[in-house]
Amino acid sequence: MSSTTQAGGAGRIQRILHKPITAALIAIALGFAVAAALLAAAGYDPGASFAALFDGVLSKPKYISNTVIKAAPIILTGISVAFAFKTGLFNIGAEGQYIAGTVCAVLVGVKLDLPMPLQIPVVVLAGVAGGAAVGAITGALKARFGIHEVITAIMLNWTMLYVNNFVANSAAYHRPSSTASLPVNPSSFTTILPEWKVSDAGLEALRQVPWLYDFLVKTDVNIAFAVAVLVAAGIWFVLYRSKLGYELRAVGFSRDAAEFAGMPVGRNTLIAMTIAGAVSGLAGALMVTGIEPHSISTLAGFENYGFNGFSVALIAGSSPIGCIFAGLLFGGLLYGGQSVQMAVGAPTDIINIMIGTIVFFVALARVVPLLADRLERRRAQKRGAQHA
Amino acid sequence: MEPDASFAVQMCGIVKEFGAFRALDRVDLAVKRGSIHAVLGENGAGKSTLMNVLYGLYQADEGAIFLNGERVEINSPTDAIAHGIGMVHQHFMLVDNFTVTQNIILGDEACGAAGVLDMRRARESVTRIIDEYGLEVDPDAKIEEISVGQQQRVEILKALYRGADILILDEPTAVLTPQEIERLIKIMRDLAAAGKTIIIITHKLKEIKASSDACTIIRRGAQVGTVSVADVDEGELAERMVGHHVNLVVEKTPAEPGEVVLSIRDLVVRDERGIDAVRGLTLSVRAGEIVGLAGIDGNGQRELVEAITCLTRAASGTVSVKGAEIQNTSVRNVHAHKVATIHEDRQRRGLVLPFSVAENAVLERYREPEFGRRGVLDRDRMRSFADELIRAYDVRPADCADRPASALSGGNQQKVIIAREVSGDPDVLIAVQPTRGLDVGAIEYVHRALVAERDRGTAILLISLELDEVMSVSDTIAVIYNGRITGTFKQGEVDENRLGLLMAGGEA
Amino acid sequence: MKKTRFAKLASVGVAGVLALTLAGCGGGNAASDGSAAAGSSTAGSDYQVSMVTDMGGVNDQSFNQLAWEGLQQLQKDTGIKVGYTESKQESDYATNLDKAVDNEGDLIWGIGFAMADALQTAAKQNPDVSFAIIDNAYPEADLTDNLTGVAFRSQEPSFVVGYIAAMTSETGKVGFVGGMRSDIIDTFEYGYKAGVAYANKESGKNVEVTVQYLESFTDAAKGKAAGQKLYSDGCDVVFQAAGNAGNGVIEAAQDAGKYVIGVDKDQYSQAPDNMLSSALKKVDKAVIEISEKASKGEKIGGQNIELGMSDGAAGISEHHEHMSDEVYETAQDLVTQIKDGKITPPGSEADYDAFVASL
Repeated sequence: MSSTTQAGGAGRIQRILHKPITAALIAIALGFAVAAALLAAAGYDPGASFAALFDGVLSKPKYISNTVIKAAPIILTGISVAFAFKTGLFNIGAEGQYIAGTVCAVLVGVKLDLPMPLQIPVVVLAGVAGGAAVGAITGALKARFGIHEVITAIMLNWTMLYVNNFVANSAAYHRPSSTASLPVNPSSFTTILPEWKVSDAGLEALRQVPWLYDFLVKTDVNIAFAVAVLVAAGIWFVLYRSKLGYELRAVGFSRDAAEFAGMPVGRNTLIAMTIAGAVSGLAGALMVTGIEPHSISTLAGFENYGFNGFSVALIAGSSPIGCIFAGLLFGGLLYGGQSVQMAVGAPTDIINIMIGTIVFFVALARVVPLLADRLERRRAQKRGAQHA
Repeated sequence: MEPDASFAVQMCGIVKEFGAFRALDRVDLAVKRGSIHAVLGENGAGKSTLMNVLYGLYQADEGAIFLNGERVEINSPTDAIAHGIGMVHQHFMLVDNFTVTQNIILGDEACGAAGVLDMRRARESVTRIIDEYGLEVDPDAKIEEISVGQQQRVEILKALYRGADILILDEPTAVLTPQEIERLIKIMRDLAAAGKTIIIITHKLKEIKASSDACTIIRRGAQVGTVSVADVDEGELAERMVGHHVNLVVEKTPAEPGEVVLSIRDLVVRDERGIDAVRGLTLSVRAGEIVGLAGIDGNGQRELVEAITCLTRAASGTVSVKGAEIQNTSVRNVHAHKVATIHEDRQRRGLVLPFSVAENAVLERYREPEFGRRGVLDRDRMRSFADELIRAYDVRPADCADRPASALSGGNQQKVIIAREVSGDPDVLIAVQPTRGLDVGAIEYVHRALVAERDRGTAILLISLELDEVMSVSDTIAVIYNGRITGTFKQGEVDENRLGLLMAGGEA
Repeated sequence: MKKTRFAKLASVGVAGVLALTLAGCGGGNAASDGSAAAGSSTAGSDYQVSMVTDMGGVNDQSFNQLAWEGLQQLQKDTGIKVGYTESKQESDYATNLDKAVDNEGDLIWGIGFAMADALQTAAKQNPDVSFAIIDNAYPEADLTDNLTGVAFRSQEPSFVVGYIAAMTSETGKVGFVGGMRSDIIDTFEYGYKAGVAYANKESGKNVEVTVQYLESFTDAAKGKAAGQKLYSDGCDVVFQAAGNAGNGVIEAAQDAGKYVIGVDKDQYSQAPDNMLSSALKKVDKAVIEISEKASKGEKIGGQNIELGMSDGAAGISEHHEHMSDEVYETAQDLVTQIKDGKITPPGSEADYDAFVASL
């Protein structure tokens, strides 16, 4: 390290290259570069495509609103994955826990119709409980029998997919002539002013204020993002300020040391997976209560809320607070990608490749400091050769 | 250094870097043909790296190697073997259920026509080498049937069979009993007399005095100098290795033992394969006394510790602290009975390496209200507590409370652990290999800390594979062999030979 | 520790800021650029037609693909500008429709009845834009002035393939596999059954129809299991109307070496040796025809448009090597009769009962 001071300029470059922020920026830039090359190769104008992308995220209040809306669930699943990761667990089950959250919210929200201040917490908590239960199964199997969480979680993802399809098609919940379930009762909606804004009076009033009309009427503005920010802060507090989090992180970093220090390793695994599941379940519940069509439908495959959460957690370096920003970036890319398609006709696959590339390079980001070291060594060798 | 044919090995200006870390900085080594040459240095000083360069496992970034005055390029162990260099690693690389002969010829099989293995001819040449150097191994015995000392001889035979003229022995005595060490030294002398050149890597001063002709000392990747062993004493060697004066003798007053605090009775513990590893062990430790458990690795020490600390179930027998049985309860219950443990594997069991020193300092005590109420950590208190320990135990750097434990040196990591374990005023302290991998200065410190804790009235059980350590620190010495205590002595009542015999399973 | 965490956090934050800044530079003229890039129009038409796919995506080998092919054809023929977006999640329907509106779309297609609610909401919010949906008929009360439901008289091609199935069957047993019971799938089932009944009447046969529902439009494994059961029960022709799940039935037919009948688009290429015929919904034709009308200023909104053989929006496959020439000729004749209104295949259970009674 001390050798960096020998050459001022080179040392500065090296220091810059050592910063994680640099790695993240390089990763994002490389992701865009690869996407640009692909777009050009496929015969689309990269400039116009990127313009459409950013335009589609930021040029109107409702776009920003939609980006935030789309980011909220993956911020939550991202936090779920990041939290589990901090406790040494690989929560690939976020997808299934998310689905469990949607299913349980529907199960309760369709049948129950309490006054709104009661209904919303009950329905949301039902989803949280659903996700937590699925997470707990994975955690319990790991704690009790040592079955690796990745295996059980992958199987539970599929189990939950079929549970979802079963509920959507069951006599009690199926909506006739559709592939969907009945929507939850409007008293469960976590959308902001759900009824008023589409009523004639509401529409009339809002037309007077175009941006607010844009913002409220054209999007399903809901509480999910605010909740996600609170959850990020809460999870951060639990991890870094509470005794429980101290234990969980100790187990995550070193099971052996935690065990030797007398911490109940198995119980902590169960708790960690339950909390992770609850956060993913919350994402599902907020989607059902906050966004049209307020129901679940038969799934052919995963909608990737959980798996996108994985990418978010990775970009965020497993920091719960970082998940907010990573989720917004990711949500923006997903949502803006649709505009590229509409505007220049480029397939969303290219957007997906770009996102994949960014995640890929973020994962490789730790290579950047290593490259910096190698650069420095080579320079040192050259210097040595000159002296000799 | 000029190439000189009278030297079997000359390494000139060797530089080896790992990333930004310079492990070897222009190190020279010259070994006379037919001599025994020791390479001395603390852990991490670079002595193994130097030998790995010679054996072709690493390539030097700068520098040259001459064998018998000829410049050579050694890019792999295959090159090294072709140049007559053989290496015996600290951990043997033998196939357990193969015979001695099979192991020796493995990878260098003498094949007859059509690739058929000619075992008869192979056995003949193995027997010839055994006789030639007096290595005394049964060529037909299976590896699992022979002693560790014999296994080491098989490793040496392997090198000789491949035509080695230069033998590198990496910490060869770490796994041996005193008798076996003596035996090994004799073999080394015979080999040298027969014209072989031997390089021995070690940090044990006594053995260098007993075996070697010359000694090259390496400190922090740099060569400190080469001395003729006959001209220096152990203290001088230690001083040059560490860089400052060290006290090799543990200073302590006679013990004043009180009541029995830790009492182990007829303890039976099975290992993970379900085989009895501790077989009816009985041992007691009094307040204000250090009981040292001498024994060769694998005689039940690990299982004993795991049973005492409740990481493993005891199959039968009892472990009691001040009369209360604690076996088969929980780690927390053991802590509650004021039993503290310095685990042999500090990086795996003793510390959560990515945690800060402050977080590690409360690893067993974070639940106490002192460190936060209502489930919220009092980080200020944690920090001030850590600072107290850091000051009291001279952990360096002094401002390390917020740094990850992984950033500390081994010695300072161990200080953090000892400070933490002792901070709860334990009644019993189990110290397992407390100086493993530490440099001489840190060892001295740990030994002083153990004695100080004894003088405070703690019952201390010291478990170590280093017989010297057991003999110099303990007030009472117990020998463990095959899961049982085979002898108990007061310090000074027993000599190394007798202990060695007991450790090897002989009758006292 | 604190420092590194902050750095990590900051790095993510800056990533977001970078995105924002870049966006700031690139904004502004994007919308016009975008539409220019999409239209290779020479006629200079300003009319923009966009479509939003359901979760199947634009390469779904079915409705979405047909609709997009239709729109591309439309652009080629008339210079009308076209575009599409794919929905990956259900929640994308609303936002994609919104994007399509913003992209100066004059007519926006929603493909598939799963989008019915989202389209209805969008129509309510954007009274100046026309919306049309494939495969859904809205109740009168829900139809705003700018909303068009497009449904197909699937009973018509189903009737013809029912006839072909009955005439080709040697075992006297044919099967029907539906995705899920609904008004739409009813048109297939009863049209098909009516075709079989018509054949029985005409030729004096007594072919029976076994009906199976999968409760899924997506699970090909279920489709395969149902197909295997029908074939092992003696059916030698099965008509499947079950979306992706129907592909499982086609696989079962290949395994059993029996006949299967394709649905919606010509599925001949999926199993040339086993595909007896296909009952076609010509989504491309429908999209072209209705889009063209709308672009000319004709009023299409406020109604459900039902398309059938007489509109060229339904038919059967041209492949007919697995049936006798005689059967194929009769089938062609049936198509003509349906076009002429001489035969009206039933699309519901009640109509079917009436139809059978009238035979």
